[in-house]
Amino acid sequence: MTRWINKQKNIIDFTLSSLLRRKGKNTALFFVYMVIVFLLSSVMFFTHALKQEAKIILQSTPDIVVQRNVAGRHDLIPARYAEEIRRIRGVSAATPRLWGYYYDPQSRANFTLMVSESNPLPSGDIMIGSGISRTLKVFQGDMMTFRTFSGDLLTLQVANILSSESELVSSDLILLSEEDFRYLTGMAKEHATDVVVRVKNPKEFKTVAGKIVNLLPDSRPILKDEILRTYDAVFDWRSGMVALVIFISVLAFIIFSWDKASGLSAEERMEIGILKAIGWETADVINMKFWEGTVISLTSFLSGVVLAYVHIFSASAPLFAQVLKGWSILYPSFRLTPFINPYQIATLFFLTVVPYTVATIVPSWRAATVDPDLIMRS
Amino acid sequence: MRRSEVYLSCLGFLFLLLASIFFYAHYQRAHAALRLNEMARVVKELELTDLCLFTEARYTRHPSQADLQTPFQDHPMAMEHFPSGSFMKIPGNIGRNTCYDTLDQ
Repeated sequence: MTRWINKQKNIIDFTLSSLLRRKGKNTALFFVYMVIVFLLSSVMFFTHALKQEAKIILQSTPDIVVQRNVAGRHDLIPARYAEEIRRIRGVSAATPRLWGYYYDPQSRANFTLMVSESNPLPSGDIMIGSGISRTLKVFQGDMMTFRTFSGDLLTLQVANILSSESELVSSDLILLSEEDFRYLTGMAKEHATDVVVRVKNPKEFKTVAGKIVNLLPDSRPILKDEILRTYDAVFDWRSGMVALVIFISVLAFIIFSWDKASGLSAEERMEIGILKAIGWETADVINMKFWEGTVISLTSFLSGVVLAYVHIFSASAPLFAQVLKGWSILYPSFRLTPFINPYQIATLFFLTVVPYTVATIVPSWRAATVDPDLIMRS
Repeated sequence: MRRSEVYLSCLGFLFLLLASIFFYAHYQRAHAALRLNEMARVVKELELTDLCLFTEARYTRHPSQADLQTPFQDHPMAMEHFPSGSFMKIPGNIGRNTCYDTLDQ
């Protein structure tokens, strides 16, 4: 065993010297390889963590949300629809929900206005999300002015700031009283934005949704399951930007491997010829090339994965924040929970390290099986 | 120290780092329970439906509540123009008779 270890050490010594002779080329290769692994792992970690967080957080989302559709558009729902839905067997509660959007021309930010049914606020008071507080520098006790639908100004006092722990769901929220909401938006008393439905038995969600559509044909029920599935679809690996990053990374990687697999340089062939001439076995040459591939790919892989972890879970993904932010003024400041598993690392390993190592060995094996005299003469 | 020993030490250190991120992730997950519970509480209390990730347009702020035609609602020829819209996956059945689930009439 000790003999085998010493032999491997000697081969690694030789491989490292050989790599250092082409220092510039191999350093560039290492960095590009590492960046590709870093990008792939960052995308994988980020999307998986967001999907997992959404799955946990949105477990307590409403069972069914009923919207009204007019000409293919979401329209205000008559409040009496809630009473009609409540009569359906299996429905435990149906409450009209008041919410909407407000564009603030000064900060150019979009806010989500909402009336809290469970914790109603007195007229004149609002609660704001930490994102609004941070971006607009508005704090507890400050006043905020809004322009109502009729052009009047409405000034409301910030009674409290929503907890920063909940920023991922409440960053842009403004909670206000029903009276202020209706005055601000001009929404009539007999209307609501949508209706939230609670169903006793989770197995009956679909049946109840079907009954709602039959009873109120202009309605569109959205099931809890559909809400949960939305974030799976948004951050699916086949979706938009994610697919683009993966496609570019994989393409760059294919070019790498192709370059390696398509053949050896004259210098590398000569090196193999000399090694064979001085008594190296074919197995030793392949062993040396295996270590050459491993030194580059395994080191880049491990460094890329560790850096991706730091980027996503310790530094809050600064590279992706700009892409996610888009044209938004408000962007939540959040730290993702590291939902990582060995399966992800294994997938990355088999996608990057294995093909590269194989692509390094195959042409070397071909060169190592040829007569050394022929290689050196050619 | 031989070059091979230096390299193998570096490789060992990187493996150690990789193993430690799993332990650290486990530790961080245990401590994130408080934050996740707080968010779940807010979602339940306010009956929220979406994460506050993209606030640039209403259909990106609440993707689960949006119709499939909302990106094109501003004008019959309007194409999707919000950057975060590029994150959304194209519905698998686009171009067929319907883009909705059977319940979404």
